[in-house]
Amino acid sequence: MSHLKTAMITALLSTSMLGVAPAMAKDLRIALQSDADVLDPDQSRTFVGRIVYASMCDKLVDITPDLEIIPQLATSWSTSDDGTIITMQLREGVVFHDGTPFNAQAVAANIERSQTMDESRRKSELKSIDTTKVTGEYEIELHLTGADATLMAQLADRAGMMISPTAASAAGADFGLNPVCSGAFSFTERVAQDKIVLSKFPDYWNADAINFDSVTFLPIPDTTVRLANLQSGDIDMLERLAATDLTQANSDNSIIVDSAVSLGYQAITLNINNGEKGDNPWGNDKRLRQALSYAIDREALNQVVFDGAFAPGNQSFPSTSPWYNTELPLEPANIDKAKALLTEAGYPDGIALEVQVPNSTEPLAVMQVVQAMAAQAGIDISLTSKEFATLLSDQSAGDYYASQIGWSGRVDPDGNNHPFVTTDGGINDSKFSDPKMDALLNAARVAPSIGERKALYDEATALMLDELPRVFLYHVNWLWAYNKNIKGFTPYPDGMIRLEGVTWEE
Amino acid sequence: MLPFLLRRIVIALPTIVLISVFVFAMQKLLPGDPLLVLAGEERDPETLAFLREKYRLNDPIWMQYLAWIRNALQGDLGISLRTNQPVTELMAQKLPVTIQLAIMSMIFALVIGIPAGILSAVKKGTTTDYIANIVALSGLSIPNFWLGIMLILLVSVKWQLLPASGYVPLSEDFGQSIRTMLMPSFVLGTALAATLMRHTRSSMLSVLSTDYVRTARAKGLTERIVILKHALRNALTPIVTLTALLFGELVAGAVLTEQIFTIPGFGKLIVDAVFNRDYAVVQGIVLVTAVGFIFMNLFADAMYYVLNPRLKGQ
Repeated sequence: MSHLKTAMITALLSTSMLGVAPAMAKDLRIALQSDADVLDPDQSRTFVGRIVYASMCDKLVDITPDLEIIPQLATSWSTSDDGTIITMQLREGVVFHDGTPFNAQAVAANIERSQTMDESRRKSELKSIDTTKVTGEYEIELHLTGADATLMAQLADRAGMMISPTAASAAGADFGLNPVCSGAFSFTERVAQDKIVLSKFPDYWNADAINFDSVTFLPIPDTTVRLANLQSGDIDMLERLAATDLTQANSDNSIIVDSAVSLGYQAITLNINNGEKGDNPWGNDKRLRQALSYAIDREALNQVVFDGAFAPGNQSFPSTSPWYNTELPLEPANIDKAKALLTEAGYPDGIALEVQVPNSTEPLAVMQVVQAMAAQAGIDISLTSKEFATLLSDQSAGDYYASQIGWSGRVDPDGNNHPFVTTDGGINDSKFSDPKMDALLNAARVAPSIGERKALYDEATALMLDELPRVFLYHVNWLWAYNKNIKGFTPYPDGMIRLEGVTWEE
Repeated sequence: MLPFLLRRIVIALPTIVLISVFVFAMQKLLPGDPLLVLAGEERDPETLAFLREKYRLNDPIWMQYLAWIRNALQGDLGISLRTNQPVTELMAQKLPVTIQLAIMSMIFALVIGIPAGILSAVKKGTTTDYIANIVALSGLSIPNFWLGIMLILLVSVKWQLLPASGYVPLSEDFGQSIRTMLMPSFVLGTALAATLMRHTRSSMLSVLSTDYVRTARAKGLTERIVILKHALRNALTPIVTLTALLFGELVAGAVLTEQIFTIPGFGKLIVDAVFNRDYAVVQGIVLVTAVGFIFMNLFADAMYYVLNPRLKGQ
């Protein structure tokens, strides 16, 4: 009798555990496309690194899927009328993983580290902050050198990630070997190229929303193997499913696929004026670049190479972005127009163009399709495939005519444009220079309202599409595939995996 | 035997020095600036300049080499530009992984290759011989990555028998560790088995036609004793050298196999390091691998000595 009773109670308990409460003690295993670099928000530079941070390091502010800035460690903020002082109220009762309390002092120390540490990659992102002033235990003022509309978006990424000042000053540049932040999960262990293990941080300010005991990130570069691992149950979730594997993943009932259009773009960057090779017909005559753009059927490109899984694009923002210039929509290819432009430019019999391409499958396939399309207009594209590091240094040194390259995208529209097409832009490998473009994009950085900024970006986009230092091709769709037991996952256009509110229900 | 080994070690030293110079120079000849990879999407000129200075990339190449070799002799192989971890620590993490893969693959190779070689030599010209040859040739000609992916799709996704990829340390979970390594070591082992099989076969064939084997048979010994005791022992001597040399091939094969099965070993480390222009890591691995290979050869020489009593007099 008593045996039966115990058995019944156990059975009841276990069903209720399974059915109602999210199963605890679950280790979530997430496969990443590559291994993260150093785990120090001030030093790191990889996309996958940011995915790990999304679980480990809280930021001052976060974004919504619609790119609005919302509170995270800063609960509210206000900007002075001239735009040069931002006053932030900070969340109370937050502690870092090592027990150090989070307060205004900690924020000041973090900003100072990002700005002054020799190894810091965040300097340009926080350039506009002149000084910080601690005005209370949980209040801080950021004094800017001038109004900066892009700053809040920077604080929603690595530049706004708060690390423990105690751990940071003890470890110095080696902080990344044992990172200490204040996020939902704390760092446990890392084996390079094998795994990064994080454990739930019991004192997290929002611990109730976290339903996993630990998260393990596993770098699995091969897309087929990544999907095979998900299908065999060895992992629970993967990022960047290959577009060509979409059909296979969709046909598996135990797998759910989610997607979001990315913030970035893929384009052909042309050498306008970078070194000797900048002095070529393609760099000197915008009509040729326009002809190339007219020759490309972006919709067909997306269908052929990516089975239609991505978003064809003609601007630095996808058409889903609030910053997209709707007056300049995507147009179908126009071979006649392309030919007319070539004739006008003095090349009625066509012209050749050498494009360098990263030597991996997708970019090569994209450029082969573009090559075929351009040939119809009389543009004879030759492809030089290069290993990525080489491509990058050739491009930066001006040793190229055109380059198929992408950009992972930024929350603020400035990040997709200013560095590339302003005269002193840090990544302006085209060496494109136009005083009007400079004026527009500089003004957009300081314009106080979203409406004014939008008008400036609309104008800048129109100018970009006329000059075409970058011929935009498409926008990647972030594709996540995960076990059907994962509930409550929200896709974000920044490609991150946010685990707040995500549960495991069998 | 000791003076013999010492002499071999002394001969090996210049080889190691040459390899270190060669690897260092090759890296610097590679196109691509490590710092551009390192700087990330946004490149801050100030930070770039600092890093260039920190990693001594502005020094003339011979100064860089001397600084590196000086530290290397003290056991410091520098730090990874990518993860900031010391190279020695990275390698200490990876070495047991690759050794486990190598040993398990070698077991597959020996267990399949040698018996198949003997069998096909003894049954020369029969169907068994032809089948063994076809199997061996397939092992040689099927690419590792194809076989690997097919196995994953079949064994892991369809039958769900073994983990699809990854690595579990032996100390953490012995059974799971072996299970995870089974497919990769099989893939790597089969390619080597083919080479071993072909060599065992020809070596056996030549021994089987010698006078002493005929004598053994004439004495009325059973075929089993003739083959396993008299013929095989002599036939194996060249196979021992071959096996030691095959360890080099194992490391090379591990590069691909580790990539497919996402095994965090030496092969994966070096591929990623080359792509990221992580100089210190590449130099460290190649140096250690080269030294390891030289020692494998020394070991083979020593085994020769043990197996072949005639050498003892020299």
